[in-house]
Amino acid sequence: MSAGTRKLDVTVTEVVEVNDLVKRFRFERSDGGEMPTFSGGAHTVVEMKDGDITRLNPYSLMSDPRDRKCFTISVRRDETGRGGSLFMHRNVKPGDRMTLSFPVNLFSLDLRAKKHLMIAGGIGITPFLAQIRQLDATNGHFELHYSVRTAALGSYAEELKAQYTDRVHVYHDDRKEAIDLAALLDGQPLGTHLYVCGPKGMIDWVCRTAEAHGWPSEAVHYEEFLAPQSGKPFTVTLASSGRKIEVGEHQSMLEALEAAGVDAPYLCRGGACGQCETDVVSHDGNFVHRDHWLTDDQKACGNKIMPCVSRFEGRSLVIDR
Amino acid sequence: MSRFQFPKSIQSRPVYGTLSARTGKAHLMVADAEGAEAILDLAAAEPALMARVHVIYIPKDTGTTYVERLRAAAPAQLYVGPSFAAAQPRLRKALADAHMGLQIYLAGTEGLIGLAMQDAIAAGFPDGAIQTEHRGSVARRVQCVHCKGITEDVSQSPFVCAHCGLNLFVRDHYSRRHAAFQGVCIDAEDPGEVPASEGLYQ
Repeated sequence: MSAGTRKLDVTVTEVVEVNDLVKRFRFERSDGGEMPTFSGGAHTVVEMKDGDITRLNPYSLMSDPRDRKCFTISVRRDETGRGGSLFMHRNVKPGDRMTLSFPVNLFSLDLRAKKHLMIAGGIGITPFLAQIRQLDATNGHFELHYSVRTAALGSYAEELKAQYTDRVHVYHDDRKEAIDLAALLDGQPLGTHLYVCGPKGMIDWVCRTAEAHGWPSEAVHYEEFLAPQSGKPFTVTLASSGRKIEVGEHQSMLEALEAAGVDAPYLCRGGACGQCETDVVSHDGNFVHRDHWLTDDQKACGNKIMPCVSRFEGRSLVIDR
Repeated sequence: MSRFQFPKSIQSRPVYGTLSARTGKAHLMVADAEGAEAILDLAAAEPALMARVHVIYIPKDTGTTYVERLRAAAPAQLYVGPSFAAAQPRLRKALADAHMGLQIYLAGTEGLIGLAMQDAIAAGFPDGAIQTEHRGSVARRVQCVHCKGITEDVSQSPFVCAHCGLNLFVRDHYSRRHAAFQGVCIDAEDPGEVPASEGLYQ
């Protein structure tokens, strides 16, 4: 189970096609009660009953954190993914009952900042929508730089621009517009914190440039959910019971443990939070570490694994579970 | 030699490092007394850095010992002031005008490091990114937990609070907010039963 996160029984009350790639889903509690509060940047894990498979995908909450009536998320259709986003797009209809986790925030605003500088790419805009509403309500100082492929695919760009005018800057790839990151970083007043959410390449570029410009790592925040990737099937043995569990080609180790009824800890399911960190008792083979939680040294050492995204190739793997 | 190895203590007690040059667009160094040695060591290791450094220096009882050597290291700006209070408006102005990409280096006594850090944090700079190096006196800024008055440069424990006159024992319990260690009345149970005063770390 996810440590510290209880479940919410919700009903889908609205599904809106935002553009060709993105749908927005609105959830309200099935018992009519209030949603829990959250802070901008939080995500929820959506449980999808897809035939025999239970999919658990994290999505950033984009609604106003003060709105206790509902949660909303936006889902970008990923044709080549493992199927969670396709399930949301094709199968989820208003009136459906679903289960959400309580919100968890791994990308919160540092409210000691004098200014919040946000950089979003594509669907990476979603956590910023909630953060901007939070800051707007408290007179916070923010500036958003949002990179989109085309105006038509720029989810919420028009609404943001209309409401926040010169605090929002939109860049269109098809018009050859690009964020002048070096100039942007150089002009920021002391006490600015930098937030980036988008594709991996963008996150790496922003973090690398900020470091080269002398930004302290404490002032640079990013969120990147890694979806578990497919790989060769393997067997994992539980040290406590000696049970052997098969991890399928399109399954993560965490999903295989859950399918076998093992109550393993998790939070983000994307290699970011560290909650599922598991000790390796013994192994004969190679790890395929995909998280960004363990340090390079820990990965080289081979005595820990993050079952939510990382895999194993070899003869045997025994974990402390 | 101006270095002192502080013994391991409680979590609350600040620990200090050794200044090293970091990538940055501008560099602000604040030091007092023997803290100048830390700046001079850094300047010797990275002479090119000094062209983008603003040094704020308070000699305290070292007089002119380090001033000419600091000037010879050719920082972009060098301010030498009689006290931290006198230097503080300049420090605050430098922080208010600064942009991200600034690196902050603090060296010298614990009082100077703590006070300059207060201003840097108030300016929104993450405290974990401030470099510090202790040099010189181990005297402390101490806040009396009873009257809240702060006594500067306390080098003995117990000592008499400069504000309320109680006999205070100097603890390692530190407040970043006050930039001061905690002083607690040592003879509250038996007034007048005060152990002999000893120098800190002696």
